[in-house]
Amino acid sequence: MKQLTDLKLKVLDLLNEDARRSPALLATLIGVEEEAVKEAIAELEQDHVIVKYAAVVNWSKIEDETVTALIEVQITPERGRGFEGIAERIYLYPQVKSVYLMSGAYDLLVEVEGRNLREVANFVSEKLSPIDSVLSTKTNFILKKYKQDGIIFDDREEDNRLMISP
Amino acid sequence: MIVNEETKKQQNSKSMQSYLAPLVRDIPPSGIRRFFDLAEGSKDIITLGVGEPDFTTPWHVREACVYSLERGRTAYTSNAGMIELREAIAQYLYDSFQVSYQPSNQILVTVGGSEAIDLALRALIVPGDEILIPEPCYVSYSPITSIGGGVPVGIETFAENDFKLTAEALEAKITPKSKVLILCYPSNPTGAIMTYEDWLPIAKVVEKHDLIVISDEIYAELTYTQKHVSFASIPGMMDRTVLVSGFSKAFAMTGWRMGYACAHPDLIAAMLKIHQYTVMCAPVMGQVAALEALTNGLEEKDRMIESYNQRRRLIVQGFVDIGLPCHEPQGAFYAFPSIAETGLSSDEFAQRLLMEAKVAAVPGTAFGQGGEGFLRCSYATSVAQLTEALERIGEFVHKLKTS
Repeated sequence: MKQLTDLKLKVLDLLNEDARRSPALLATLIGVEEEAVKEAIAELEQDHVIVKYAAVVNWSKIEDETVTALIEVQITPERGRGFEGIAERIYLYPQVKSVYLMSGAYDLLVEVEGRNLREVANFVSEKLSPIDSVLSTKTNFILKKYKQDGIIFDDREEDNRLMISP
Repeated sequence: MIVNEETKKQQNSKSMQSYLAPLVRDIPPSGIRRFFDLAEGSKDIITLGVGEPDFTTPWHVREACVYSLERGRTAYTSNAGMIELREAIAQYLYDSFQVSYQPSNQILVTVGGSEAIDLALRALIVPGDEILIPEPCYVSYSPITSIGGGVPVGIETFAENDFKLTAEALEAKITPKSKVLILCYPSNPTGAIMTYEDWLPIAKVVEKHDLIVISDEIYAELTYTQKHVSFASIPGMMDRTVLVSGFSKAFAMTGWRMGYACAHPDLIAAMLKIHQYTVMCAPVMGQVAALEALTNGLEEKDRMIESYNQRRRLIVQGFVDIGLPCHEPQGAFYAFPSIAETGLSSDEFAQRLLMEAKVAAVPGTAFGQGGEGFLRCSYATSVAQLTEALERIGEFVHKLKTS
């Protein structure tokens, strides 16, 4: 893993808060030249440290709600490839939002999104379970998201300070 | 009938006025208060007028307080504050600013730094004593001095000197009645700081005229270009100084009202007498929270300071772009730009800025002498709000200059 420069770390922190901040704004906030920030961002993108600039969406705010399940998957590792091959077979499905290799009682944690319960259930029974090395699956549906990627979804903690104070 | 009732009420209130102690009755209402009423009624305002952090107290601190309540920790503490807290304060002050106080008899936990300043003044003032106050400054020093029977003597500081106090200016205001010098660096409202080299000549004057110093160091942690130098750490000044600080600013705990004073044991003993007969002790919930902040909150504190520094750069750059002269604020979370060249007074500027551009800031005149021509802008607000506010100020100033 790469040791990032102090500047790059600061850029990442500030972009993580708000990815739409311009290099000029970042440069002012950090107290360096704009060129240095542009260079740092270019390198971070090149090295795939910054993978993508995406919006964090609270889908429950819109009517067309989807369902998401966290599926615990137990698998037999493949000789020579361990979990990598199986993980790839699973994460290439577009309905799979994330895949993590886990320590503990199961091996992969797979986040699957569908339009409804049936769609997710079908994915599990028709795509996931039939994979040879998959020993078992346990599907947990998410009922409500309180916080994701450090962002609290509830509208709360509004600024309750007085408008003017000494 | 109704009219009669009204008249009666008015007569009653008139007579009530006559009961009031002239000392209290004659204190002018705070310039901030007047502006507050103006701002409260307006809509879609972005406020740069807030004198407190925009962070909520970190969760671990709030949680520690809730837990202590669940366990039923609701009784009085010792008058001076929990000894564990005083020990933690002593350690923290030593680690941060190299000043050394005995937790047993040199530290007093108070209801905010404000109470500590009031206690110190009341313990020291003999009616008629003159209290020296560099201005522009925090709004309460002068009224508390008057209530305590002292005579406030302002010492004007200037933008040309980055609003630092100079030995010459101090010397010029000294009379045989001078007794106490109140210092507040990093400064609210100017953001000025004092370095070790800046302090040395001040210390000489203090020594020469045998003054006691009340050093309000509530913004001590919030310095951005160099570390804060406590006045108590200047050679020979320890015993002459009441160091006042608290948890409000650096630990984002304004509403908890947790402050403290550190001084010579005799002075602390005198302050403790007033404290125990007026408030008994600082609230135990706040003390528990403050202890948690000192024990586990230092990293979070540093993170907040870094965030203020980012926004400090943003606001300074913003005023440069707008073309309003602004000395570089090196501490606290205020910028103090000059609006003199717009031709408006501070009051007019702030009022029109609020009405026409929907940005609230505090006119410099609220902070005493030398504040005319300046505007206090707090940058303890989100980057997005700050950016928008600067745009609005820019448009407003442009409009003034071209009309």
